[in-house]
Amino acid sequence: MTDTAANASTHEPIVELRGVNKWFDDFHVLRDINLTVGRGEKVVICGPSGSGKSTVIRCINRLEEHQEGDILVDNVELTGDIRRIDAVRRKVGMVFQSFNLFPHLSVMDNLTLGPTLAQGVPQQEAEQRADELLRRVRIPDQARKFPGQLSGGQQQRVAIARALMLRPQVMLFDEPTSALDPEMIHEVLDVMTELAEAGMTMICVTHEMGFARKVADLVVFMDAGEVVEAAPPQQFFEDPASERTRLFLSQILH
Amino acid sequence: MAPICISSAKPTHAPPRPPPQRTDSWSHWLRRNFFQNAGSAVMTALALWALFVTVPRLVRWAFVNAVWYTQDAADCHAAAGACWAIVPEKYRVMLFGTFPYEEHWRGVLVIAIVLGLSALSTIRRLWSYWLCVAWLVATAAVFTLLLGGVFGLRPIGTHEWGGLPLTLVMFVGTVVGGIPAGILLALGRRSKMPAISALCVGFIEIVRGLPLVTVLFMASLMFPLFMPEGVTIDKFLRAQIAMTLFFAAYAAEVVRGGLQAIPRGQYEAADTVGLNYWQKMTRIILPQVMRIVLPSMMNEIIRAFKNTTFVGIIGLFDVLRATSTAIQDPVWVRYSIEAYLFIFILYFVLCFAMSKYSERVERDLAVGR
Ligand SMILES: Nc1ncnc2c1ncn2[C@@H]1O[C@H](COP(=O)(O)OP(=O)(O)OP(=O)(O)O)[C@@H](O)[C@H]1O
Ligand SMILES: [Mg+2]
Repeated sequence: MTDTAANASTHEPIVELRGVNKWFDDFHVLRDINLTVGRGEKVVICGPSGSGKSTVIRCINRLEEHQEGDILVDNVELTGDIRRIDAVRRKVGMVFQSFNLFPHLSVMDNLTLGPTLAQGVPQQEAEQRADELLRRVRIPDQARKFPGQLSGGQQQRVAIARALMLRPQVMLFDEPTSALDPEMIHEVLDVMTELAEAGMTMICVTHEMGFARKVADLVVFMDAGEVVEAAPPQQFFEDPASERTRLFLSQILH
Repeated sequence: MAPICISSAKPTHAPPRPPPQRTDSWSHWLRRNFFQNAGSAVMTALALWALFVTVPRLVRWAFVNAVWYTQDAADCHAAAGACWAIVPEKYRVMLFGTFPYEEHWRGVLVIAIVLGLSALSTIRRLWSYWLCVAWLVATAAVFTLLLGGVFGLRPIGTHEWGGLPLTLVMFVGTVVGGIPAGILLALGRRSKMPAISALCVGFIEIVRGLPLVTVLFMASLMFPLFMPEGVTIDKFLRAQIAMTLFFAAYAAEVVRGGLQAIPRGQYEAADTVGLNYWQKMTRIILPQVMRIVLPSMMNEIIRAFKNTTFVGIIGLFDVLRATSTAIQDPVWVRYSIEAYLFIFILYFVLCFAMSKYSERVERDLAVGR
């Protein structure tokens, strides 16, 4: 955690979780989570299944509600207030494990629907923006197709483009490559790496440790609803402080 | 002793070749389908015998000895077969009921507009915003034609409406009003606000627990009791409201099934791209729901069409009631079977068309998936 603090002192924080607790009924799924993400920094979250990784990042754009503690996104505190939730969601893009593209809409409509309806961007401008982003995720010729006609890797890249359409300040990724065949994982990771290099703030749940090593400023290891360890990748992989982390790494690196 | 492995496989060397010829001559086919064994042979024989006994008599009655056209019922009396002549004799009353005789052309136009636009609506290439506009214009035209009072058209009160125009307007009104109402009820049922959800559940369950006839009676007899002094809603409108609410309750259950089939991720994705509740519902969720429920919704729609015959009970002259009135004529009354058969065919053709159409849509959507 000291590293996060150091980052925060040199840059401004854009996402802050302070003492966040959450329960599903009686089940204490997030236990006292403290996490600060500086603007432009990349945080990778890993940990065993059921440890609460998805829940943490879903709290950041209020797909899940936390019961205790503060969550601030770009200085807006998340409460039940619908205007604040909207404001935060405009700043935060999200990419899901199962893509969640709208199957009844063309790729182009998938991209333009949000900006035109939610922000009143004119259709033409939205389409321009969409063309640009589709080029950036390297699927420029598929705008008229429907999601069902694309490969998994292409669908996930469309989903990334869709999340970028609102020009978010932070991108959340929840295991973006877990539903993909091995040969498609790379095309998605490449796009994400480029996005990282372009300076996007990213919080990414993934078990792609190569990706973490390459782009992460901070790797966070969660287990049983707690942050067990948080360190820069070098230190995290070479010299983890906790026994639980070491055990986890030995399991997934082989 | 060590166990001996007896499993084995022999490597094959066989180039691909076409499948063996099916030896399916029709005698073969007959045997397979009708004379597989003694039991099926007996059933086949019985069925053949039943056909042999009934079909020739039916053909003789319906075609050979039938009277197709006459203005004199005595001709029918003399003949041994069906008296189809009752149809050309009485079709105006059967199809238009109490609608004023000289204004029947207005009824014809209404039928043409409704059936024509329905037929056009089945063409998927035409599904667009403009089709909705066309329906709005058609609705205005239909009510102008039926009610009159403008453009020099003689005013006709709803109490004079009848026959096929009444049936069709009642049907289209029920579906067009009932589907949106059903959608709202289904959404209300899942509302996080307990009052709204309880209200919707209560309405749906009560209506589904009642026979349509009682709902119609309630509308025609009890509505007026609840209305403030001096306010009267006419009988047609009361029946229309009752039919619509009844249909809406069933449509709501159909929509609910579709809503349950939409994965949570679709809602979440819509949330993350910034859509509000109504944008999310109208652009993301409901289009997918309607696609899923189209076949079952078509079932409800067909049932709603058949249900229009119930409005006769509270004194509206739909096609069926108009027909039973038409055959009151003592000269023709003995040929009511022929008149009813004609109406049955009319209902069957319309329902069959709808059911075929829904089959096709189902196939199209399955291919698109
Ligand atoms: N809506 C819910 N209701 C009740 N329990 C839930 C709900 N969502 C998640 N949980 C539970 O909370 C715990 C954490 O879930 P979460 O999805 O955050 O885990 P995760 O770390 O993302 O795991 P995975 O690697 O499998 O995605 C799990 O035990 C899960 O069963
Ligand atoms: Mg998860």
